[in-house]
Amino acid sequence: MTESLDTEPTSTIRLTVNGTLHVLEVPDRKLLSDVLRQDLELTGTHVGCEHGVCGACTVQLDGEPVRSCLMFAGSAQGHEVTTVEGIGDDPEHPADVQQAFIDCHGLQCGFCTPGFITTIDAYIDENPHPSEEEAREAVSGNLCRCTGYQNIVSAVQRAAELRAEGASQ
Amino acid sequence: MKPPPLRIHRPTTLEDTLDLLSEHSAAGKVLAGGQSLVPVLNMRLAAPSDLIDITAVSGLDELLVTGDDGQTEIIVGARATHRRVERSAEIAAANPLLGEALRFVAHPAVRNRGTTVGSIAHADPNGEMPMILALTGGRVDVRSTRGERSLEADELNVGPLETCLEADELITRAVFPGLPAGARAGFDELARRSGDYGLAGVGMIVDVDDDTVTGLRCGFISVTDVPEILNLDALVSGTGLNDAPEAADAVVDAVRNFIDPGGDIHASADYRRHLTGVLASRLFRRLCRGENPRKRAGGTRRPATDTKRGRA
Ligand SMILES: Cc1cc2nc3c(=O)[nH]c(=O)nc-3n(C[C@H](O)[C@H](O)[C@H](O)COP(=O)(O)OP(=O)(O)OC[C@H]3O[C@@H](n4cnc5c(N)ncnc54)[C@H](O)[C@@H]3O)c2cc1C
Ligand code: FES
Ligand code: FES
Repeated sequence: MTESLDTEPTSTIRLTVNGTLHVLEVPDRKLLSDVLRQDLELTGTHVGCEHGVCGACTVQLDGEPVRSCLMFAGSAQGHEVTTVEGIGDDPEHPADVQQAFIDCHGLQCGFCTPGFITTIDAYIDENPHPSEEEAREAVSGNLCRCTGYQNIVSAVQRAAELRAEGASQ
Repeated sequence: MKPPPLRIHRPTTLEDTLDLLSEHSAAGKVLAGGQSLVPVLNMRLAAPSDLIDITAVSGLDELLVTGDDGQTEIIVGARATHRRVERSAEIAAANPLLGEALRFVAHPAVRNRGTTVGSIAHADPNGEMPMILALTGGRVDVRSTRGERSLEADELNVGPLETCLEADELITRAVFPGLPAGARAGFDELARRSGDYGLAGVGMIVDVDDDTVTGLRCGFISVTDVPEILNLDALVSGTGLNDAPEAADAVVDAVRNFIDPGGDIHASADYRRHLTGVLASRLFRRLCRGENPRKRAGGTRRPATDTKRGRA
């Protein structure tokens, strides 16, 4: 491969992640997932397949789940990026979806978990009372190799309960 | 970094976009939602030197229904995501086929970025929307610095993953006709996992006058090279809605003769042929009964087991 650094096109990009604006010089071809992990050290966003299939790299763009492995970092300019750290970054005070995963034992190795958290966090706003079937459908775009999914499905419904309680307080 | 080195341009006007496309021509590529193109780049199956990102171009985000009752057109701009199209109540009222098929396109996280026009430009024979464009009798409007043209689906699609678009041409919008009065339409498919490309899929428009079927058009995914439409008007014309179960057998035979599936590790050609017939039979009978699509079952989307008819 002749990928000399002299010829590598780069750009200065302005990226808003978890409410903070970052100004970065990155190669044009650098994916959002790589910029989050390598440049911003937000390693909660995991990279599995890099084909859009596994869901581990899911972040929110203006509140909607998207695959950060299928987006160039430059394309995220002008949008708000939220990673799992932006949803909850304090082990003492987990966010509602994170608490639901703890309550339901929704994880084992945890590799897939950030993608589930970002996906479910957006989903329960759209559907505050998911049935079991809807909960299963909601996470069908995320792969987990450990849990067998039952506890993750329970966690979707538990997260919805916790959010409703949070809203009524 | 997985993609090869490249330069990304982010024009904001259509004029600049067309200039960039003309300048970079064969070495450049349009970047819309990136949900097909970025995997291709990540796998290094293509190495364009320049990408022209159209997601900030003004004027390409239109999404509307025009015209009067019975003569409506759905206009989908090049920036409109699958998700916006799927969520539009106005579009669902004008033609339910779009939303019904879109629910089978990948997962919400992919539909949040992927565009319907990008899907049509990508021309994957496994993709739902190129077929829906053909089945509804739709067209795309195309621009370049050299001028503009409109292409019907059968002119646009020349082969699997191949359209007749020139390297400097941009599809600015897709236009889907609304469903004519009296017509019923639906889509169904079977995939191995939720969100995967279907092993086979069928879309149908059934014309109905009173209690009688007067026409039938079928389109397919994953079992034809390009979205060819099978017209079965003559076969079904005059069938009473209540006689659909009997007529369905003839429809299944015609469908199985028409398609040309290939086999791969997921399913043999014979299995796909069989499956397409099963899906066609169920869909035809469902539309004749006037029922809404079953809700996509959690994860599997497996059609309910049909015990009544041994055949399909
Ligand atoms: C995990 C996964 C599962 C998927 N499953 C399905 C599925 O089941 N069914 C399905 O149909 N699709 C599926 N897709 C693909 C998805 O629908 C894509 O969004 C779509 O095919 C392409 O749209 P895009 O906007 O992302 O286009 P891009 O990826 O940006 O572009 C695709 C191609 O079209 C060209 N192009 C884009 N827009 C234009 C334009 N306006 N004018 C001219 N050329 C243009 C590009 O240059 C490129 O060659 C899946 C994708 C992923 C990642
Ligand atoms: S790493 Fe992005 S979907 Fe798998
Ligand atoms: S917990 Fe290990 S992959 Fe999901």
